[in-house]
Amino acid sequence: MRVALFLTCVNDTLYPDTGRAVVKLLTRLGVDVDFPMGQTCCGQAHYNTGYRHEAEPLARKFSDVFREYEAIVTPSGSCGAMVRELYPRMGERARAEGRGDTLARTLAPVVPKTYELTEFLVDVLGVTDVGAFYPHTVTYHPTCHGLRGLGLGDRPRRLLEAVKGLELRELPGADECCGFGGTFALKNSDVSAAMGKDKVRNAESTGAEVLCAADNSCLMHLGGTMARLRTGMRPVHIAEILASTEEEPLG
Amino acid sequence: MSGTFVGMPAFPKAAREAVHDTTLRGNLRHATHTIRAKRAKAVAEVSDWAALREAGKRIKDHTLRHLDRYLVQLEEAVTAAGGTVHWAADADEANRIVADLVKATGESEVVKVKSMATQEIGLNEALEAEGIHAYETDLAELIVQLGKDRPSHILVPAIHRNRGEIRDIFAREMGEWGRPAPEGLTDTPAELAEAARLHLREKFLRAKVGISGANFMVAETGTLVVVESEGNGRMCLTLPETLISVVGIEKIVPTWQDLEVFLQTLPRSSTAERMNPYTSMWTGPTDSETADGPQDFHLVLLDNGRTDTLADEVGRQALRCIRCSACLNVCPVYERAGGHAYGSVYPGPIGAILSPQLRGTASEIDASLPYASSLCGACYEVCPVAIDIPEVLVHLRERVVQGGQVTERGNKVVLKPAKGHAAERAAMRAARWAFSRPGALRTGQRLASRTRRFHPRTLPGPGRAWSGSRELPAVPAEPFRDWWQRTNGGKGEGK
Repeated sequence: MRVALFLTCVNDTLYPDTGRAVVKLLTRLGVDVDFPMGQTCCGQAHYNTGYRHEAEPLARKFSDVFREYEAIVTPSGSCGAMVRELYPRMGERARAEGRGDTLARTLAPVVPKTYELTEFLVDVLGVTDVGAFYPHTVTYHPTCHGLRGLGLGDRPRRLLEAVKGLELRELPGADECCGFGGTFALKNSDVSAAMGKDKVRNAESTGAEVLCAADNSCLMHLGGTMARLRTGMRPVHIAEILASTEEEPLG
Repeated sequence: MSGTFVGMPAFPKAAREAVHDTTLRGNLRHATHTIRAKRAKAVAEVSDWAALREAGKRIKDHTLRHLDRYLVQLEEAVTAAGGTVHWAADADEANRIVADLVKATGESEVVKVKSMATQEIGLNEALEAEGIHAYETDLAELIVQLGKDRPSHILVPAIHRNRGEIRDIFAREMGEWGRPAPEGLTDTPAELAEAARLHLREKFLRAKVGISGANFMVAETGTLVVVESEGNGRMCLTLPETLISVVGIEKIVPTWQDLEVFLQTLPRSSTAERMNPYTSMWTGPTDSETADGPQDFHLVLLDNGRTDTLADEVGRQALRCIRCSACLNVCPVYERAGGHAYGSVYPGPIGAILSPQLRGTASEIDASLPYASSLCGACYEVCPVAIDIPEVLVHLRERVVQGGQVTERGNKVVLKPAKGHAAERAAMRAARWAFSRPGALRTGQRLASRTRRFHPRTLPGPGRAWSGSRELPAVPAEPFRDWWQRTNGGKGEGK
């Protein structure tokens, strides 16, 4: 199966370890992973801030880069939701604005083939035990676009529960937003920071060493908050936990 | 704090104060989390909740699509039942109609049922200017009115107050308005409720004019419906001789059968009750001299931006709203910013999409409201009529930054982009340019990586929006794409 890794611009630039972990994990599971060099950004920040017209060329480019692959896998719930939920909406809006269905037709092929990493593992590969080893206490934050946008449900949890050595601690108020929200973190920084602090306090209360999520954008906000509050907890992307083995431990 | 929202600052500024008010944060957190949990339980009891939600959405969409027809049908039915229907295009017209109706009775006092529509148009203030005193009779509205305060929640307008604060307001203010609070009033709920009951009883028995809104209007029979918990509404709807109801035109349902859906979803979503304690329904004035109910009934149908909102394909779903407040109670932004920051009688997620549509996006507060959300989607999930609030928020953000066609007072106009977004627009364009060219992105990434030793830990100026509360992420030695190329997809590392 020829699978494209859609790493996202944030991970490519700031979190290459997550990218390496996805490659390592999928390769271990027998998947032939490619990283199309033409990829950049899905346009989510543009779209969600109100610049839909700026997002359109990025969406078209995404389709050009990824359309030939059998599956597109991304370690980001929000970028995955952008493609799956909002690309069809962008096509509909263009049509409603009298611009025909060119955009809708261009974007249609990539929509059903795009999977968030945990979805791909559980639904497409049919695995929950990926052979990982991670001897740490972990609490899991289900990010909003993964939870409510893509409906990831208990997939990440089932994957984590099957990791040897890992002790999962229940996060109080897990389904509440961490306060990142893309440009919201800057435009409403006081509210965003207050939400982040509350989330970090809840994570701390579990006594876990690691705060895990399936989206580095949220972890960037929470990790930055934890570092400022000197909590001693560390943020780790779920891919890095699942890629870790007894022979080659990570994180 | 004054009783008006005029001249409110932009949301982030108003929210900042609330975030740092620890009493307010505590009050809101306790109240919203309590009702949030109760609602979840009440909804989970209903096995066909998803179907009810879909039915509610469909009934509202159908009604809005044929609103012209149903409004005329309603007017005919109300008139046939002996009521009088008035049409008000905006707040001023509605206020004038109500003031004239009250003056015609010769009265200078009215009692009010809790109503969002009359708050939206500022009816109490308009009546006061005409020498007519309007008394709020809902317990929470009474607290707000006595405290010369503003509502901060649709259902529980005094949610920002705790029991101690309410006791102080009652003890201090009740005497100014009528029967004073009993001596030695404590902050126990039973004592506070009793003080309100005694104070209000005097108003109910004296008033000759009642003013209400309505949760629903049934087009086929001309019946109005008010659902409530306290019974004050029932008093106002039955004791006075004249009843004036001011209702938004989107509150219509075609038939009685349609109520079956909303009378299940509304109470569970709002107060987490299986059924609200009082459901009052009336069709025109009373038809006998001896029966309860007003002898004279007037219905003021309020537009005030609703028809313009209806003209917008994406934004019109906001008109499905049944004012349950479930979206406020689950909203993490509302919980921290409080209701006043939204600068409108409609706070929370629904307010953030209603106010900029009903009032337009010209003012600072209205242009900032679409951004008062992290787009977490909790509001959409609980909405009993499936309003996709995040979708409308993003749509309105587009309107703010890009401008475009809107409808104002029935005319199509083209809005210019709002001021104050020039730098952001330039940044978004630059980002789009760079992201359209992988080479440019890579150059930027390498530049960031190679200069990483010199990156500051905190940012000056606008960057403080991030680094005021959060450390910056460390830039890695090389971006992923360089690693991928250098190692031939990791194979060069001997894995």
